[in-house]
Amino acid sequence: MAKRDRLSGNEAVAIALRQINPDVFPAFPITPSTEIPQYFASFVANGQVDTEFIPVESEHSSMSAAIGAEAAGARSLTATSSCGLAYMWEELYIAASNRLPLALALVNRALSGPININCDHSDSMGARDSGWIQIYAENNQEAYDNMVQAYRIAEHKDVRLPIMICQDGFITSHAVENIELLEDEEVKGFVGEYEPENYLLNPECPMAVGPYSITDYYMEAKRNQAEGMKHVSRVVLDVAKEFAELSGRKYGLFEEYCMEDAERAVIIIGSAAGTTKDAIDKLRAQGEKVGMVKIRLFRPFPADEIAEALKNVKAVAIMDRAESYTNHGGPLGADVMSALFRARSNALAVNYIYGLGGRDVRVEDMEGVYETLKQIIADGDAGETYRYMGIRE
Amino acid sequence: MSNHTEIRWHGRGGQGAKTAALLLADVAFKTGKYVQGFPEYGPERMGAPITAYNRISDEKIRVHSNIYDPQYVVVVDESLLESVDVTSGLKKDGAILVNTQRPKEEIIPHLKGYEGKVYTIDAYKVSMETMGKYFPNTPLLAAIVKVAGIMDEEIFLREMKASFEHKFASKPEVIDGNMEALKMALKEVR
Repeated sequence: MAKRDRLSGNEAVAIALRQINPDVFPAFPITPSTEIPQYFASFVANGQVDTEFIPVESEHSSMSAAIGAEAAGARSLTATSSCGLAYMWEELYIAASNRLPLALALVNRALSGPININCDHSDSMGARDSGWIQIYAENNQEAYDNMVQAYRIAEHKDVRLPIMICQDGFITSHAVENIELLEDEEVKGFVGEYEPENYLLNPECPMAVGPYSITDYYMEAKRNQAEGMKHVSRVVLDVAKEFAELSGRKYGLFEEYCMEDAERAVIIIGSAAGTTKDAIDKLRAQGEKVGMVKIRLFRPFPADEIAEALKNVKAVAIMDRAESYTNHGGPLGADVMSALFRARSNALAVNYIYGLGGRDVRVEDMEGVYETLKQIIADGDAGETYRYMGIRE
Repeated sequence: MSNHTEIRWHGRGGQGAKTAALLLADVAFKTGKYVQGFPEYGPERMGAPITAYNRISDEKIRVHSNIYDPQYVVVVDESLLESVDVTSGLKKDGAILVNTQRPKEEIIPHLKGYEGKVYTIDAYKVSMETMGKYFPNTPLLAAIVKVAGIMDEEIFLREMKASFEHKFASKPEVIDGNMEALKMALKEVR
C-alpha cells in the first residue's frame, strides 16, 4: 500500500535509506546534502536501522570507508555535494575499478568558484568518466524511487559497479512536495539482501582488493569495467519493470514527453524538466509540436535510444547545467551531438548552458528556447550552436 | 480561492519565514492539496533578507522555478519594505500581508502604489501575549491562511494542533501557546 506524504528530496532519500537499512554509512556533512546523513543519524539513534553509521573527518574518508566496507562484503553508501564530491575524486575511480557496487546519494551543487551553494551539475558531470553509473531525478518522488532501485542495478552480477543517485540541490533537496512512499516491507523485499560473491571477510576464499597493476593488466581491468557498463541499460530497464509492478510508477533510460509528433525537442536533466513540461503544455495548447526528452540514465549514455527518440525531430536544444569549456558546449551536448552523428541525423542541434550556480529556470525561459528552435527551422540553419540561456551579457 | 495559489514570503534569516512556508505546505497537504514549500537560499546569515515560496494547487505541481507573480505576499519584517521590492509582480487581485505595529495607513505609502488589498497584523503583540517570546511565523501562518482563504479555520486549527503535537513532542509545554497564537492571529489580522 502506497503512503501519501509530503517530504523534501533529502527527507525522501533518507527514508529510502532507512527502508533499505544498509550495512555501513560513513558520512561527512556538506550543504545541501547534509540533511541526508542528519536524518539517517536520527534513524540510527532511534534504533530504526542497524546500520553502522561512521562520522568521519572528510569526504576523502567517507568514500574511503564506504569502499573498505563494500570490499569487506557490506552494503554501503555515503552522501555528498559539490566540493565534497571533488574531494572524493581519487576514491571514485577506486570504487569503480574494484567493481564495488556501493551507492552515493549526490545532491547536485555548483563547484567553487565563485563559491556558491546552489544547484548546477558541474560536480557530477565532472565525475562522469569515473566509471560510476549516474541516474538523475526531476523531483523528490524520482529521487526516492531511484534510490530504492539503486542497489538492484549496482549489485547485479552482470554490472557490479558503483551508482550515483543525483538530485538537484535546494530545488528538490529542500523543497517540500507531495510524494508516494512504499511500505517498509515492500522496499525490503524489492531490494533484498546483499550476497556478494567475492569479498574480503570470506575466510574460504582469500583475495586482494586494489593491488598494483602493471602495464600487463591495467588495460584489461579497465576493459572489464566497460564490459560491466554494457549491461547497465538492460538491468536498469529490468529493475524499472519490476519497480513499476510494485509501485505503478514507470521508469526508462529517459522520459519522453509529448515526443510522438514533436518537431522541436529539448533534452534536459533534472528539476528543470518539470518546468519544461509546463512550457510544453502551454505551447501544445497553441498547436505547437514541441516535446522533451528527460535524461534519467546519463552514465552509461543511451546514445542509440536517444537518437531513435529524436529521429523525427527537425530541431533540438540540448540543455547543459554545467560548462565543459570546449568552446562549443557542455557534456550532455557532446554526448547527444555524437549520438546524432552516429545515427546520421539531419536534425538541427544547438547546445545551451543554463542554470549555473542556481540561476533560476522559468517556464518563459523554456518557451523562449522552443521559439528559438522555431526560428532555426525557418532559417534551415542552427546558427551559433553554443549558447547561454538566462545570462546577463 | 482559485485552484492554484502562489505565495511569496519575505523575511530575515532567523525569523522563521522558511519554517512558516514549510508549515503552510504541510497543513495544505493535509486538506488533500498538491503543495510546494521551498526557500531561496543566499548566504546563510542571521538577519539577511530571505525569500520562501508556496504553491498550493488541485493539480500536480511540476514547475520548479521561483515565484515572480504571486497572488499573495507575506512580509515577516517590515524593515524589508525599505530594502526589498516586496510587491514586485504581486497580482492586483491578490493581497499583501505585513507584520507591523503601525496602522495600515502608515504602511500603504511604502508599497509603491500597490493597488490590491493590504492586510496587517501585529505579530509581536500576538506572539508576546500568547507565547511570551517573539516568534512571528506562527501568527503570520494563521493570518495568511485567513487572508488567502486557504482552508476552513476550524480544520486549520485542528490540523495545526496535530502538527504541533508531533513537532513539539519533546516539549509539549509550548503547544498551548502556539495554538493560542494561531487563534489570536485569526482575529487580529485586519
